[in-house]
Amino acid sequence: MENIQDKLLSFSVDADGIGTLVINQTENSANLFSEDFIKRYVEVAHAAIADDSIKGVIVTSGKPIFMAGADLRALLEEIPDKGAFTQTILEMHKGMREIETGGKPFVAAINGTALGGGLELCLACHHRIALNSTKIKIGFPEIKVGLFPGGGGTVKAPYLMGIQTALMYLLQGIEARPPKALKDGLIDAVAETEEEMIAAAKAYILATPNPVQPWDNKKHRIPGGNIWTPNGVQTMVGASGNVGKLTHGNYPSAQKIIKVIHDGIQIPVDRALEIEARNFTAAASTPEAKNMIRTGFFAIQDAAKGKARPKDQPKYEIEKLGVLGAGMMGAGIAYVSAKAGMQVVLKDVSQEGAEKGKAYSTMLLDKAIAKKRSTPEKKEALLANIIPTDDPNAVEGSDLIIEAVFENVDLKDKVTKETEAVLGEDKIYGSNTSTIPISLLAKSSARPENFIGIHFFSPVDKMPLVEIIVGEKTEDKAIAAAVDYTVAIKKVPIVVNDSRGFFTSRCFGTYVSEGMFLLEEGVPAPMIERVATKIGLPVGPLAVHDEVSLTLSVHIFESDPAEKSASEKRSYAMVKNLVENHNRTGKRDGAGFYDYPKGGQKKLWPGLKEIYTPDVNAVSEEDVKKRMLHRQVLESYRCLDEGVLRSTTDGDIGSILGWGFPIFTGGALSYIDYVGMDNFIADCDAFKALHGDHWEVPQSLRDLAAAGKSIHDFGK
Amino acid sequence: MEAYIYDAIRTVRGKGNKKGALIGVTPTELARQSLVALQSKHQLDTSLVNDVILGCVGQVMDQGANIAKSAAQASGYGDHLCGVTLNRFCGSGLESMNQAAAYIKSGYRDLIVAGGVESMSRVAMGSDGAGMFIDPTLAIPGNLVPQGISADLIASKYGYTREATDEFAAESQRRAAEANAKGYFKSRIAIKDQNGTDILTTDENIRPGTTAASLASLQPAFQMMGAMAGFDDVALDKYPEVETLHHVHHAGNSSAIVDGAAISLIGSEEAGKQMGLKPRFKIRTAAIDGTDPTIMLTGPAPATRKALKQGGMNIGDIDLIEVNEAFSAIPMLFMDEMGIDSSNVNVNGGAIAMGHPLGATGCMLAGTLMDELERRDLNTGLVTLCIAGGMGIATIIERV
Repeated sequence: MENIQDKLLSFSVDADGIGTLVINQTENSANLFSEDFIKRYVEVAHAAIADDSIKGVIVTSGKPIFMAGADLRALLEEIPDKGAFTQTILEMHKGMREIETGGKPFVAAINGTALGGGLELCLACHHRIALNSTKIKIGFPEIKVGLFPGGGGTVKAPYLMGIQTALMYLLQGIEARPPKALKDGLIDAVAETEEEMIAAAKAYILATPNPVQPWDNKKHRIPGGNIWTPNGVQTMVGASGNVGKLTHGNYPSAQKIIKVIHDGIQIPVDRALEIEARNFTAAASTPEAKNMIRTGFFAIQDAAKGKARPKDQPKYEIEKLGVLGAGMMGAGIAYVSAKAGMQVVLKDVSQEGAEKGKAYSTMLLDKAIAKKRSTPEKKEALLANIIPTDDPNAVEGSDLIIEAVFENVDLKDKVTKETEAVLGEDKIYGSNTSTIPISLLAKSSARPENFIGIHFFSPVDKMPLVEIIVGEKTEDKAIAAAVDYTVAIKKVPIVVNDSRGFFTSRCFGTYVSEGMFLLEEGVPAPMIERVATKIGLPVGPLAVHDEVSLTLSVHIFESDPAEKSASEKRSYAMVKNLVENHNRTGKRDGAGFYDYPKGGQKKLWPGLKEIYTPDVNAVSEEDVKKRMLHRQVLESYRCLDEGVLRSTTDGDIGSILGWGFPIFTGGALSYIDYVGMDNFIADCDAFKALHGDHWEVPQSLRDLAAAGKSIHDFGK
Repeated sequence: MEAYIYDAIRTVRGKGNKKGALIGVTPTELARQSLVALQSKHQLDTSLVNDVILGCVGQVMDQGANIAKSAAQASGYGDHLCGVTLNRFCGSGLESMNQAAAYIKSGYRDLIVAGGVESMSRVAMGSDGAGMFIDPTLAIPGNLVPQGISADLIASKYGYTREATDEFAAESQRRAAEANAKGYFKSRIAIKDQNGTDILTTDENIRPGTTAASLASLQPAFQMMGAMAGFDDVALDKYPEVETLHHVHHAGNSSAIVDGAAISLIGSEEAGKQMGLKPRFKIRTAAIDGTDPTIMLTGPAPATRKALKQGGMNIGDIDLIEVNEAFSAIPMLFMDEMGIDSSNVNVNGGAIAMGHPLGATGCMLAGTLMDELERRDLNTGLVTLCIAGGMGIATIIERV
């Protein structure tokens, strides 16, 4: 056959009769698993099979990434005809299966990352050789966007890896380096160089004139045994148990992965692929998958690239960063910034305090080295970027300041003035306050237009979100700088307007507050905590309150002069009683809602039952669930309505990354669409009648519902 | 029409593991020897028997392909004898008696052998696969967990401690040992080889001298499974008011895994006349009820209430009760729910001491109850069992 070179791939045959198909989608930045591509691929592969002079085909990539998977954007829309959608998948399988059963060897020479559909393309080859490079990842990440491999991967992986290992890869979305993929059976060989890889591929082709896929080979034994063996039964039972434990039934695709394997592995592969296709169509139709694609994938990806920055502002370069205060937060900020290559002056009141802050980076790096995630060289380079000092003048020449001293207005006032005295007039001053309004702090500043809130979450090195707070006088240049800084340290920024508690603390606070109200109303404490994790929140409201510290809650309430609502007064009274009359102050003192025995598991404090008499039937589980989630969502909507949030997307991202709002709902605002806007409003109205004004629904939401719109139509 | 129980026979129970006495005996053979014993005991005219109904849970391998018909054929009763195998999990042996009674009452059959069989040493538990526990579309939304986790959930929810469950188990052993020593198990038969040599003549698992203290060192059986396979959390998701799952059950306070068979002869009044046999008991009423499948094993009380209501009776009308000791917490909860103490419950011990051959147990309990009611010259008895999947079964019998 003739050589081919088009916008999707090229094909040529060498003197030995070995064809090479190079995937090179010239119109895309990355090779994508698309309907058009697969059609063309199958066409060319079939032609090669039909040509007697061709002995076999090597499939490889003309781009650094072999193939990254499918284009998820197409799955954001409703699937108009599910039957036709399934049929399209089955048509694709037909073509791919003809390659598998065509009697001619196809070898995937995996010279770059092959994920999802890219890996499924490789599984439809008879042999897989990967280049041994730390840049190459092989796996099925689909579960992270609420899906699972729908191009044959779910059916075929267990034949290669065994049911248990395949379940692990599919359910956890493992992306393995080539040596691990080899060990686990996903690929057949690794090669050290491209030349070695191609030579091995040719050798396989010449040695294997009529290859049979494991799933077509009656003699093939599934590693670890098929389902109806003692091992298989144990694996399947354990898989459902653990998926139940980890997902609480909230992530349909996790269940579907086990289902496809359960139903499919007992029957011929072509019929199993039908099962996979039907389940994939169903999974792609779930609101959970769409939420995870829309918010979890695209929105967070866009935000991480700095979508929130004012467009006309030039990029703000940060070479030198001044961090004021070397406590827990300051130390973490210094670490992530130095890691991004910035020169960090870490200033504390004493040299000793500053050194201690730097030691935090040493500790993190030593841990990373122990886990082989860093090297002594990288450690030295990073530590060299952090200059601990007690000299306020040492921050001179900084491009950006991040103040992370104690939450005390007078102290912050002093620090602002002292720092601005040596800071360049055009440089930006950020405060990492989590509770004090930025506009109030900006009053200390001679240049409030350059003053902005840069709110980190603890622990800074782990938490991905940064909440950027725009004060009354903050100008676009400062917003751009804060966003550029956040992107540089590889975190995800959202930009919000000033308000008490900003967005995240304010909404998160309602979760904690609702947990306490439920306790006061007689809901057993274990039930509150369990239902919270069941609906996908990472930690129950009582445990979280212990972490924050009950004493701090009392302090924040008492030190804030603003007029408080009835619900704020109610939760304050509860916490004050616990702190003052029962000496329950929080986790730090080993005594909050929980007891924290040394070296043991935390346990709910038995004394709670004396103060709040538990009654299983006090509030139905359904209402416990709704009240904990709806309350946060209603407050998030208020933030949108009041202009604290600048977009629904920021609210979604902030809730998911800031306090672990369940991602399958799409985030704290998408949640309203997820449960149905009318249902949400009706629930809140019912709760208002029972529990008071903090359940008041803003008129604008009722208008949106009356117009039959989506929450994402807000303001449009 | 009334359904009468003319007799009941059970085999000895051998430990259901590779060292168990009966591992070399097929389940068909266990059932066959029971049928032969029944025939020879009464010089039974086997042409009068229509059908064999056997409960059996693991219906694969030795127990596959309708073991009741295999047993019927092996019994020598004749080619006319039909067989049907049923599976209501742990309730199977009693279910077969209830179905036999219903056939008799309807007039569709005259005389039926009904019972159950299970060789747990030869056909391991779980060998028959399970849609319910393995298909994720049932297991995950249903919060389904293995029975041991359910039993521990019952203990945690209702406050049965390790000490209390061990006390209960020790008492079961004490009662069984005493009944065994005094010869109360009159309907029990030994299992012999083809030469007529005894293989096992007593219940292999009874451990005289067991005390709560001697059980205290046993490791919880379901702790690791609960943690590793996520089942503790799956169970607590369904019962959020329970803070912690306490794993109190272990090999010593749960039913023993054993081999055994049991049968009863159930027929009409007319059949009795033809056989020349006097009925011992009649089946007054029988009921089943379904419960939440996660906690799974709470069925005996609701099934009993239903049976009592059907019979126009209350719990005080029952003289003796057999409630299957699948796990200590099951009879403990049953007694608490029914407001009774243990003086009339499992008076000769139970499955903790003697074992629970899944498909056979229901019929074994009925036979034990019949012997003891007669020995004490009492009238009314209740048999009830908890059942996998969240079911309960109860049957009330009365002396004739």
